[in-house]
Amino acid sequence: MSATDTVDTRPPAGRTPSPRRPRRGRRRSLRSRLRRDWPLLAMAAPAAALLLVFHYLPTLGNIIAFQDYNPFVGDNPLEAFLNSEWIGFGNFEALFRDPLFWDAVRNTLSITAFQLVFFFPLPIMLAILLNSVVSGRVRGFVQSVVYLPHFFSWVLVVTFFVQMLGGAGLLAQEMRQAGYEPWNIMTNPDTFIVLVTAEAVWKDLGWGAIVFLAALSAIDQNLYEAAAADGAGRWRRLWHITLPGLRPVIVLLLIMRLGDALSVGFEQFILQREAVGREAAEVLDTFVYYQAISTQQWGLGAAAGLFKAAVGLALILTANKVAHRLGEQGVYSKS
Amino acid sequence: MTAQLSGAGPVPTAPTTAGPPAPPRRRRHPDRPIWAGSPSTPLTIGKGIVLTLLVAAVLVPLWAVLVTSLASRGTIDDAGGMVMIPREFDPSAYITIFSGGDVTRAVWISTLVTVVGTTVSLVLTVLAAYGLSRPGSVAHRGLLFYFLLTFLIFPGLVPSYLVVTGLGLKDSIWSLILPSAISVFNLVVIRAFFMNVPSELLDSARIDGAGELRILTRIVLPLSKAVIAVVGLFYAVGYWNVYFNAVLYIDSNDKFPIQRVLQSYILAGQSPNVSGATVNLPGVTAYPPTLAVKMAVVVVTVIPAVIIYPFVQRHFTKGVITGAVKG
Repeated sequence: MSATDTVDTRPPAGRTPSPRRPRRGRRRSLRSRLRRDWPLLAMAAPAAALLLVFHYLPTLGNIIAFQDYNPFVGDNPLEAFLNSEWIGFGNFEALFRDPLFWDAVRNTLSITAFQLVFFFPLPIMLAILLNSVVSGRVRGFVQSVVYLPHFFSWVLVVTFFVQMLGGAGLLAQEMRQAGYEPWNIMTNPDTFIVLVTAEAVWKDLGWGAIVFLAALSAIDQNLYEAAAADGAGRWRRLWHITLPGLRPVIVLLLIMRLGDALSVGFEQFILQREAVGREAAEVLDTFVYYQAISTQQWGLGAAAGLFKAAVGLALILTANKVAHRLGEQGVYSKS
Repeated sequence: MTAQLSGAGPVPTAPTTAGPPAPPRRRRHPDRPIWAGSPSTPLTIGKGIVLTLLVAAVLVPLWAVLVTSLASRGTIDDAGGMVMIPREFDPSAYITIFSGGDVTRAVWISTLVTVVGTTVSLVLTVLAAYGLSRPGSVAHRGLLFYFLLTFLIFPGLVPSYLVVTGLGLKDSIWSLILPSAISVFNLVVIRAFFMNVPSELLDSARIDGAGELRILTRIVLPLSKAVIAVVGLFYAVGYWNVYFNAVLYIDSNDKFPIQRVLQSYILAGQSPNVSGATVNLPGVTAYPPTLAVKMAVVVVTVIPAVIIYPFVQRHFTKGVITGAVKG
């Protein structure tokens, strides 16, 4: 304990030193520091306890991936865990032989790749567009409207799409009245990837722009003035000043998205899996749900979950390392 | 995607306040920097179109749902479904869903979960954020690491399910609150604010003999109202929107939150199970049309977010950015 506890007078790297009083603590004993700081520890304790029970305990619980977990060999999950048989990598072997699992992996990766191309750049464009609107009133109005869907649940978002674009929705209605055969995008597995991306864009385009807008407002306006004086037009200013100014934020969000490559959202897919069918809508998370909880194959589901978590961790660490190599700040050089 | 959405039928009424943004101007806007050239007309028109489409993509569905929920059977039949032009004001759908039955109960459950959950989350998060806001205190670095590590390693669905059921929370509304009570992201945002409170203030309070809890409630919190409001909204929205945890953990119909009920009506196609009593009000049709009832449920689900949102919106940028930048 004491090694990590020695008072650290350095501010964490990457943060400007906060103007706090100089610490005399280095020479104080642990006991006297405890007497001083116990209220702080007590305040952090309830939240820490909740995380212990609902985050770290299940994280440890992932070891049932190496068991033939059977809920009926004990009165509660703990007892069942203690009495279940250890089978090594058996669950993983079964998992990797399961074609349904690879379907889910393939769907997940396609959706991630598709959204990286057709979703990721949009908030950047919106931020640049909004930033170029001179009238504060117009900008404020558009912002408050496009942020709003971020606060809708996925149930609501899918509901809105069904009512607008579904078989009994507004679009189909208008097409029928105009004498066309309505097409129903909500149940078409071939266009499902476009549909989920459209839903994600509708929900989070505006919200995603916030962080870029903040980065834009941090760009030194004198750069623009100097460039304009040197005869750079608006597109050149965009290319040589705005985009480089956004680069650290773009890289940061890209890393975070890559680390999350195996999660594309959960409720969105659970909600629509029945309408378009398993082939198109099964992603890793829904696979875990349907394999483990619906069909009670707990060990297999845990193995899939653990696989996903491990790959995700590896991805984010790699992406961060690459970013550091490229001279960017990355995600956690901060503490 | 904007093209698709805006293609969702002609828009007879421009949604209430959506004026076309920024028509091309002859005179320079006073806020336009001197060095910037004057705006080119095609570019301005293009921007106006894009922004109008974006605003319409959000407001048209909201408008259609609201109008349909207030439409009578005749209007809905004439339109062949969703109604865009309000013809009358028929609240019978709302009277039906609020006169008992699944929706009324679900609204109560969701309200309860939201109020209790937000209170628990805010109190615990603020306390922890304050406890972690003083570099150099005992175990500070270790504790901070303990909290931040949750960003990197996740429990899977299966073990989480087993823990929650093992604790006997299955079919209890606490299963919708406790597992998601602490958002470390929100904690980091609040902590960043707390760390910016001038330490002279804290020191002078300490010299006057105030304990940590007193310092927190009397000095630090009043200075952090904005961030508390934003984080409170984030938590409240999260609880109001809870859906999947209800699918996992809640078995009895009478504990379903509103999102679960909405899903069963709209996406799973159940017909609304409302109390079934006819509506006995003068001038109100008995048995309102099913579509109007469904849309009324949608409106009820949307409304809390729309009401709280304007009060908190101006603080968003501040809150989100502190979290993202300061971590």
